[in-house]
Amino acid sequence: MATYKRPDGREYDETRKIEAKVGVVKRADGSAMFSFGSSRAIAAVYGPRQLHPQHLQNPEKCLLRCYYDMLPFSVAERKRPGPSRRSTEISYVTTSALSPVLKLEAFPNAVIDVYILIIEADASTRCAGINAASLALAHAGVPMTELVSAVSIGKIGDAIVADITKEEEDYKIKKDGKEIKAATDIPMAILSRANKLSLLQLDGKVTLDELKEAIALGKKTCKKIVEIQKQALKKVKEE
Amino acid sequence: MEIAGLTKKKIEEMIKEGKRMDGRGLLEMRPFEIELGISKKAEGSARVKIGDTEVVAGIKLGVGEPFVDSPEDGALIVTVELWPLASEKFEMGPPDIQAIEMARIVDRSLRESGYIDLKKLCVKAGELVWTVFVDIYPINDDGNLIDASAIAVIAALHEAVFPELKEDKVQYGELTDKKLPLKNMPIVMTFYKVGESFLLDPTVAEEEAAKARITVAMTFDKDEVFIHALQKAGDEPLEEREITEVLAIAMKEAKKVHEKILRQLK
Repeated sequence: MATYKRPDGREYDETRKIEAKVGVVKRADGSAMFSFGSSRAIAAVYGPRQLHPQHLQNPEKCLLRCYYDMLPFSVAERKRPGPSRRSTEISYVTTSALSPVLKLEAFPNAVIDVYILIIEADASTRCAGINAASLALAHAGVPMTELVSAVSIGKIGDAIVADITKEEEDYKIKKDGKEIKAATDIPMAILSRANKLSLLQLDGKVTLDELKEAIALGKKTCKKIVEIQKQALKKVKEE
Repeated sequence: MEIAGLTKKKIEEMIKEGKRMDGRGLLEMRPFEIELGISKKAEGSARVKIGDTEVVAGIKLGVGEPFVDSPEDGALIVTVELWPLASEKFEMGPPDIQAIEMARIVDRSLRESGYIDLKKLCVKAGELVWTVFVDIYPINDDGNLIDASAIAVIAALHEAVFPELKEDKVQYGELTDKKLPLKNMPIVMTFYKVGESFLLDPTVAEEEAAKARITVAMTFDKDEVFIHALQKAGDEPLEEREITEVLAIAMKEAKKVHEKILRQLK
């Protein structure tokens, strides 16, 4: 049995409070907010719309472009506005996390732009962003096979836990009088119906068995998340 | 999505008769709402909604060397990012002229009104002063972003507190209960000229029908009103008479806006 205790008292498989709301940016074709505790993302979708310049157009399918960034005041030390290496990479992996469920061949030569902004960050922001973007795409009426759900699983100390916070991400243990990092962050995006992963990243150190355990927990958690996403979509349908 | 010529014509015709598409009077603002504390990581933050327009603003404080020509003054840096999340008209990339102009108008309004007492942001003269970072992000553009941004910034500054400072290093995440040194709250109002009339708080469609705009930042001292910043923009030149008439209206209307802001900040 693992001995690690979560600082906020959560069970290992328990997420923070999840909130999901569709239709938060009126001007956009589709939009949504998604939060894990105080990690909050909003996403807006524009398109399918005409793609410029023309040489980027693909006669076989629509181009999907995702942009992820954080507000400068979403983190403790101000983040300089504008793209960074980190945000560029997250934008890229977000695009491949979402594109497998989209029927992009329905809109040749067009583009769908997805903009994700992090309002407040306490780890797991790329996952909150993917969850918000997935809802925003559905809200925009883009044909899709299913919703994408994402969560950050961590190996913190000796435990595999769901939806890690910044404090957990920075978890250290004392060994031989020295403090060493004892946290592994494993963000993943799950297509629950297809039972596939469209995003998997890892920073830290785990065994294969631990990774398997993490993915199992990720799938279990995303099943719950997708239900919350569906509820949020139903709510906007009823309005 | 540029509005169709027909819509533009309709807007112009209605405004000529003193009417607007949404039934408001020419100087009638949409109701606005201020929400404080939208990010706990910020030293101060706020969201403002004016109709469907939504802007968030946040304050981060840092320390650094003062500028050579003002060794005892804190620094103020205002940034506007027009993320394409907020409108199909915005594009990714470095800030364009619209974002830069907005940031500079808000910056000058804060600076010239003396809202933040920069003299009180000195830690060690000539060596270390506080820098106030103001970041503005429109979330949904349905017009009047300049005024909405100014209100969001004022609200965020109003609730901002200093973080702890230990051995000249900011302890992020450890907030004190010490508020920023604030004095005269500036009220920023932008008037848009459509046809021969001026209107306040335009929607995007009305902004597109406008040929000129003028922004004014004002403060109050008892019954006196002072103008601290002005910006005329747009293709059409304005007559002096038009400008003075608009400013006279601004001074009257600003009082109402000031009261509304104060009521919501309590």
